[in-house]
Amino acid sequence: MNNIILLPVLIPVMVGILLIFLRSYGRTQAWFSIFTMAATAGISYYLLEKVQSDGIQRLDFGGWAPPFGISFVADSFSLLLVLTASIVTFVCLMYALFSTNKLLQTMYYYPSVLFLIAGVNGSFLTGDLFNLFVCFEVMLLSSYVLLTLGGAKRQLREAIKYVVINIVSSWFFLVALAYLYGAVGTLNMAHLSVRVAEAGQGPLLTTISIVFMIVFSLKAGLLLYFWLPGSYSTPPVVTSALFGALLTKVGIYALFRVFSLIFNQQPEITHAIIGVMAGLTLIGGSIGAIAYNDIRKIAAYNVVIAVGFILVGLAISTPNAIEGAIYYLIHDMVVKALLFLLVGTVIALTGTAQLHQMSGLMKNYPLLGWSFFITMLSLAGVPPLSGFIGKVLVSEGAIESGAYILLALSLLSSLFVLYSLLRIFKNSFWGETIVGKEDQVPLNSRFLVPCLVLVLLTFGIGLGTEGLSAYVTDAAETLLNPDIYVDAVLEGARP
Amino acid sequence: METIIIFLVGILTAVAIYLLLSKSLIRVILGTAILSHAVHLLILAMGGLKEGTVPLLGEEAESYVDALPQALILTAIVISFAVTAFILVLAYRAYQELGTDDLDEMRGVNDE
Repeated sequence: MNNIILLPVLIPVMVGILLIFLRSYGRTQAWFSIFTMAATAGISYYLLEKVQSDGIQRLDFGGWAPPFGISFVADSFSLLLVLTASIVTFVCLMYALFSTNKLLQTMYYYPSVLFLIAGVNGSFLTGDLFNLFVCFEVMLLSSYVLLTLGGAKRQLREAIKYVVINIVSSWFFLVALAYLYGAVGTLNMAHLSVRVAEAGQGPLLTTISIVFMIVFSLKAGLLLYFWLPGSYSTPPVVTSALFGALLTKVGIYALFRVFSLIFNQQPEITHAIIGVMAGLTLIGGSIGAIAYNDIRKIAAYNVVIAVGFILVGLAISTPNAIEGAIYYLIHDMVVKALLFLLVGTVIALTGTAQLHQMSGLMKNYPLLGWSFFITMLSLAGVPPLSGFIGKVLVSEGAIESGAYILLALSLLSSLFVLYSLLRIFKNSFWGETIVGKEDQVPLNSRFLVPCLVLVLLTFGIGLGTEGLSAYVTDAAETLLNPDIYVDAVLEGARP
Repeated sequence: METIIIFLVGILTAVAIYLLLSKSLIRVILGTAILSHAVHLLILAMGGLKEGTVPLLGEEAESYVDALPQALILTAIVISFAVTAFILVLAYRAYQELGTDDLDEMRGVNDE
């Protein structure tokens, strides 16, 4: 029992409620939420250290021992993601502090972000499959609000698509939960793992697992990503950055958790399907990334490629591949937020999102140009930046297990990432400077500082991989040996 | 009893999908509402129907019903209520801004 596990969810919710009453004080709200995220990051780091020393932490609500009550379970994997999510949100809020317009500042923007992060953290920490559904909904409802805030025509149109698709996928989630409960009679993840292992994963359970796969794929943008580029490229840029960094990652987390802990008996069916879907996602994302001239669309398709790449790691499921996928997941949260913030800054400076209407920004804003250059290299996986280690480990895993097609696709997709971003770089940063020094829109350092923090972070993760490796190895070990997780949750309750 | 309910779930789902595939936004929203009713019934049926008395101490019965599905449905109803309320407002706002509730026409608006 450890009550602190609840705090990464509880603090954002409480502060969010408080902020509703401070509606007209935009700046105050911003500072409150920034401090909240800093506190959440600190707490999750503390918990991460605690998990290293004392093993997996657990909180049973109301003292109901699992499998009867709802519990929160914190292992290295979930805490790494909670920590990264909190840091990324912290930086995004710093960007929001000075950049969003008055309307957003006073129209419940910050409470919505805090509720979103509460849902995200809850999804990472929960140990109960139905509770996962609830946390998903908390997150989705906030994301609906954030997506529509501002009320531009394009936003409303994309939001309708996004909301309807998510309602349908939540419906699938409930259907899968109902069948699973009917089949094995529990919804506690650890207990499910035991029951499914006892019953053997027959055709019925495998079918249910595929329904779960559809649900999480819709949320993660794995193959079913048709809704993603439109809705990620319409809202204000901070919102896009948060969505790109966090929302799809929750779906990915759920896929990792469910298919390593619960439905792990039939990898030749479930993991093979994930592999095929990941491969197709890589292809589709790559085509999308080079097909558009709208730089926000290009950034959104880069999210899709990363989803494909991370799930290649799950499809292969060797220790190396899983470790690589976790590294890449952390890297991607940081660097996707960075990419969206940079793209947003470019749009704010030039007033256009079209590639061909901007040129030679390097002369005007050298620091911005170099940040973009580093982001590009990091996304492509060039050492010593953060994308490198993940790509190497996933590729190593692919070679070990002979998944050469996935290996080829994932490496080719890196080239497409590089090409799609080089196009932005070549068109908008290189070339003739079309705006003179006198006419250029001044780049406010307040926009740049959050971006630079994230640049430092991608360098930091790349260079400090050694420091991270203990946590990541532990996370991968727990994912690969479900018994560790099950024992920690059901200690005493197990026959 | 369960079999009848499952058929009912199937019929509701079919109706909901028919509505979801229509062009009018309001019908799509009604479709999502019926969809959620269908799945609530499904969860109820999965827990078993009429298998015993209420699960309270002092009932002294042979068997008790499983209370968990009902708790799940209660949560799911609240969530679907919130989501339906949100999407109704969203649809009204979109109608005001875009001047149409036809999904085909909405797609054609290209004035951003």
